[in-house]
Amino acid sequence: MTMELDVFVGNTTIMDEEVYQLWLDGYTVNDAVKVRMDGGVMEECEASADVLLSDTMDQYRTFQMCERLLHSPSKLGNQLLFQIPPHRQAMLIERYYTFDDAFVREVLGKKLSKGTKKDLDDIGAKTGVTLKSCRRQFDNFKRVFKVVEELKGPLVENIRHHFLLSDKLARDYAAIVFFANNRFETGKRKLQYLTFQDFAFCAGQLISNWTVGAVGEPSVLFPSFVCYMDVDLDKEFLQELKELKVLITDKDLLDQHKSLVCTALRGKTKAFNEMETNFKNLSRGLVNIAAKLTNTKDVRDFFIDLVEKFIEPCRSDRWTAADIRLYLTHYNNSAHILDTFKHQVVWDRYMGVVKSCIFKMYHD
Amino acid sequence: MPGKLKAKIVAGRHLPVMDRASDLTDAFVEVKFGNTTFKTDVCHKSLNPQWNSEWFKFEVDDEDLQDEPLQVTVLDHDTYSANDAIGKVYIDIDPLLCSEAASVISGWFPIYDTIHGIRGEINVLVKVELFNDLNRFRQSSCGVKFFCTTSIPRCYRAVMVHGFVEELVVNEDPEYQWIDRIRTPRASNEARQRLISLMSGELQRKIGLKVLEMGGNAVVGYLQCFDLEGESGLVVRAIGTACTLDKLSSGSAPNTNTHMHPNTAPASNACNSPSKDGKEPVFGEDLTSSSGPPTPFRALPTTSSSPPPFSPSKPCSRQSSSSDTDLSLTPKTGKNTCFFYLQEFPFFTLTSFPPGFLVHVGGVVSARSVKLLDRIHNPDEPETRDAWWEEIRQEIKSHAKALGCHAVVGYSESTSICEEVCILSASGTAAILNPRYMREGSQLELEPSPPSCGFCHIPYDELNMPFPAQLTYCYLCRRQKVPDVLFTTIDLPPEAAVTGKGCLIQARLCRLKKKAQGEVNATAISNLLPFMEYELHTQLMNKLKLRSMNSLFGLHIQISVGENMLLGLASATGVYLTALPAPGGIQIAGKTPGELSNEHHILTIQKRINDTIAKNKELYQINPPELTEEVVGSPIPEPRQRSRLFRSHSESSDEVSELDLSHGKKDAFVLEIDDTDAVEDIHSLLTDAPTPTGFYSCNTEIMPGINNWTSGVQMFTSVRVFRLSNANLTNQGLNKIFTDLCENLLKSFYFKLRSMIPCCLCQLNFTVAVPEEELIQVTVTAVAMTFDKDQTQEKTADKPPTKGGSETEEQLQFPLELCADSSSANCQPTSKISAASVDYGSFADRCSTWLELLRLKAHTMRRGSVKTISSLERCSPLPEGRSRSLRSSRSFGGSSVTVVKMTPLSFLPGTRIIKYLGIINMFFIRETTSLREEGGVSGFLHTFIAEVFSMVRAHVAALGGNAVVSYSMKECMLMENPNKNQAQCLINVSGDAVICVRETDQEPTPSTTNIGHTSASATDEAT
Repeated sequence: MTMELDVFVGNTTIMDEEVYQLWLDGYTVNDAVKVRMDGGVMEECEASADVLLSDTMDQYRTFQMCERLLHSPSKLGNQLLFQIPPHRQAMLIERYYTFDDAFVREVLGKKLSKGTKKDLDDIGAKTGVTLKSCRRQFDNFKRVFKVVEELKGPLVENIRHHFLLSDKLARDYAAIVFFANNRFETGKRKLQYLTFQDFAFCAGQLISNWTVGAVGEPSVLFPSFVCYMDVDLDKEFLQELKELKVLITDKDLLDQHKSLVCTALRGKTKAFNEMETNFKNLSRGLVNIAAKLTNTKDVRDFFIDLVEKFIEPCRSDRWTAADIRLYLTHYNNSAHILDTFKHQVVWDRYMGVVKSCIFKMYHD
Repeated sequence: MPGKLKAKIVAGRHLPVMDRASDLTDAFVEVKFGNTTFKTDVCHKSLNPQWNSEWFKFEVDDEDLQDEPLQVTVLDHDTYSANDAIGKVYIDIDPLLCSEAASVISGWFPIYDTIHGIRGEINVLVKVELFNDLNRFRQSSCGVKFFCTTSIPRCYRAVMVHGFVEELVVNEDPEYQWIDRIRTPRASNEARQRLISLMSGELQRKIGLKVLEMGGNAVVGYLQCFDLEGESGLVVRAIGTACTLDKLSSGSAPNTNTHMHPNTAPASNACNSPSKDGKEPVFGEDLTSSSGPPTPFRALPTTSSSPPPFSPSKPCSRQSSSSDTDLSLTPKTGKNTCFFYLQEFPFFTLTSFPPGFLVHVGGVVSARSVKLLDRIHNPDEPETRDAWWEEIRQEIKSHAKALGCHAVVGYSESTSICEEVCILSASGTAAILNPRYMREGSQLELEPSPPSCGFCHIPYDELNMPFPAQLTYCYLCRRQKVPDVLFTTIDLPPEAAVTGKGCLIQARLCRLKKKAQGEVNATAISNLLPFMEYELHTQLMNKLKLRSMNSLFGLHIQISVGENMLLGLASATGVYLTALPAPGGIQIAGKTPGELSNEHHILTIQKRINDTIAKNKELYQINPPELTEEVVGSPIPEPRQRSRLFRSHSESSDEVSELDLSHGKKDAFVLEIDDTDAVEDIHSLLTDAPTPTGFYSCNTEIMPGINNWTSGVQMFTSVRVFRLSNANLTNQGLNKIFTDLCENLLKSFYFKLRSMIPCCLCQLNFTVAVPEEELIQVTVTAVAMTFDKDQTQEKTADKPPTKGGSETEEQLQFPLELCADSSSANCQPTSKISAASVDYGSFADRCSTWLELLRLKAHTMRRGSVKTISSLERCSPLPEGRSRSLRSSRSFGGSSVTVVKMTPLSFLPGTRIIKYLGIINMFFIRETTSLREEGGVSGFLHTFIAEVFSMVRAHVAALGGNAVVSYSMKECMLMENPNKNQAQCLINVSGDAVICVRETDQEPTPSTTNIGHTSASATDEAT
């Protein structure tokens, strides 16, 4: 029985979480009805296919009407059109901004522009995410990016405040925004094994240690305001990184560093021999990455460099994750004992992040 | 200058972008009342403007205060061209005029535009200062409280129930005043909205005046409707029950004493009925005069008095009842005297009553009349429409009298209009009310029967019955006679003993009709009406028996007229009243018993029916106590107790066969299997799907058999329109479509609300319409309420003791009366009449003093209100301080919206109403010229209904309330033209704004609890 018109409006807006998810996933009404039928909801209440279709259409319409509000979630709280209990509002927002890891992995580090949007069908086909859902997710990234791009203050906080997201989701969005802003290369074949969560972790490390905001110093001009940007890397710090080159250019220092590390490692791992042979290579790799970060192009290649210069050699020598941990800890600490090495602060700030990134990125 | 209205425009938010270049808006506000307009400054380039205006003051008559709404218009300033309107807010300031209602209106209102819908919100503050005015000839009726609730409002005590009040006002419809020029949608819609708002105000004021004249201070069961008569004009009419209410101090138990006002002053009586002095229908074509036609057949077109077995077709009784429409003082039965006969219309719009108020119930009385609309020439003299209703009311009254009753309760009126034809309908329940309540201090009579079954006892004389009926001795008291079936329009009295649970019973019917014009059309319709009523009653009766029940409550029969068909929908709640006899089964008979295959077929159907009855008994837990035959003393021999599935609605009489011959020429008593109609009947009987487990449904306030509600409440409105695609449909085909439409709608509700199980759909209110030739529209408003399943059984088990408890309470309350002669009922009449007439003068005196008192009280309250306002401001849902702090933060992060619950019932389970803030009566028009872009008709209407809900909630919240009770959507009129990408919809809603607190809370400060709640959620979200 097809209706010319069929609406159901509750004083408290009725929303079925299952249908909401189907809508978010980009199912058409008919497909959603099929999924629901297979899910056995019909037996639950002696419903017929007609009833299910009518309910699904109704819910879809409600979601479409809500979508405008979800674009600026703070409005959802004080709009008058829909009476939705606060916990349901939170659910609506959280789910709306939730994304597929497979999808985000494809666009991570890409410019959030029209050009990328055009590629969404390909990405959809590749990841198995419907085009509709891809668009929603992409638009969410873009929207969040646009709002927080110009904002001062801690990135995660800004996102959480403006989009009323949970801490976890806000952190993920911070990573997406950060990657998009710095255009980190993530798409190369060599990086394919890394998941979004690996990158998100690294982004978190970079945001909290390498950006201007990370230092937490109030600006000189506006001492009362915390006036810094979380989205960009600290330019001064990147300049200072050049100083680390001494670790590989000064032959004495390099040898000293190697012997300190080797002394500490001897007998503690099976891979000791490989570590000893590769020390200079690995050290050169890490220090060179640091020295080059003043170039925007090299910033973009940060992760690919880490993989090529460090992770791949280690992997070919079959280091275990524990080996990596052991090696990097001593590599980092030994530099402090070098008496001619004066850049301890910069070294720690650099190595702290690199260490944790490599730990995360090194899959056995 | 008896009043000063003050308004302040605080701020706006979420305004639409009006300037595409800057993506911003330069908004300012015009505040208009009557002919005075004030403007705020322009707030440049902001979507969240802060006007923080001065107080705009209007000095006006209180008469205007009652009639006019405050009109707030938000505009976009444009230096070079005309300012663009963003939208409007109409604020009804009536609640501020009553000392006991709200004292300030403050809050965010959606800015509404009839073309674009809601466009942002505006924060407005409104106050009223009333001056004391002792002018006796004033035209205003400030201070009279209005309630949509059809019972005595929860925090009041009825000191006296005065009786029926009615009024109607007419005007030209602005929609039809652009004849030569082009219609400008926005201007036309706004003119209509404003006009209806004005007319409602005027109507309420006029009714208020009548109430004051009668000596009352409130109208309960206020029912206002409007009739869009097209080019002939616009009628706004209202009925209600005038009462004197006393506010209960919290804590004190509601006193159930209610006294009926014996009469109104002769002067006011004349005033009450402007139509009384012999005005004749001048403009309308009176096709079916309601009084007079002495033959039963002719009588049917306009009238139908129920319950079905009590057909009004017995010639002698019909004749007598229709001939004495004049106000006779002689009661039909000698049993009860009726002061009510002194009243012009002893009608009550109430559907539930204080215990003991209702003595006997006779049955449903209804009247319909078909009229031809003609232009209302002089809007100031709406005599035609008045006369029409007067006529119908007279008829209802005479029907009631024929049933031996002196009053009509659960009374309502409605219309259905198609082109120039209008069906006027009125229905109610004939009843005898307790004379004990007539006067204070004259509580002489004691009702001899136990209160739990008294109302079932027949009010009419057994030996001189107005219609054929089967009587038995009451199954509870065994002393009085009861009918076998009882139909009523009221709610189930709380003291009634019920077996099992109730359920919604609907009869649905479609009848095709030839397209015609004018008089021919009207005649065709009035010829169809009796057959429809008859069919509907038969269906109801059969469905009732199928569910093994014996009474209907809340019966509402709607007949809707379209160009080529008539739709009939009867809804009621079926109940097994313990006092009434068990219903017989349904028996199928074949016409040609010789045929074997036929016999077999009959047997299968009979088995299916019997199975269904058995299943239903289990479903509704109907296990009546076994009674020994001798005690029952049933005059009906056993075999005849099984009633057969009748094509007629009456059991035994010969009269009906006369009637039947007149339209059937066939043996209509027995269901014949080769009769297609009959097969259809059985089919429709058996296709009604039972409610799924965990669900119950009813169309009354409370579900018989459930009394432990938990707090889950979900009010909803659902609309469906079905387009008939098949050009040559038969009546049967149509019936099936219509039945499926209603059944599917119910199924949809059950499915949607499945998360609330166990749950009951209460006050299921179906409205049908034929908006266009091929369209059938069904609109439903109801509330789903959760209840505690385990306790249900406990309580039902407890039922007899509880009943006993109430009984003793009743007896304790009038200990003296117990000793009084219980058989004195028969000798009461004369003494009662004299008592009334003697005391009348003193009563009038008391009325006038009371008026003075009211004024004084209003005055003092008003002066004291300054304090209340400030305290209210502090704890109002969105105090200024808070809103400012919200504004200062960059985003409007936190939720600051008060939760407003809505329900069509008079209460919210688990809560206590501590204050009535005033009546909500809103009328909106929405139109679109981009139907597709708005998601088609469904998208358009979905948005509109959501918008209406939000505007109701906003107004309630601004009054300081947190709930709407007795909410109803009285009109939802949709017109569409998909080809032109256009649609228009009109919605009229009403209800009572209240403050309610959880029952467990000791001393109620709802607004603060609200704040606590909202601010908590605000911080939640801000962090």
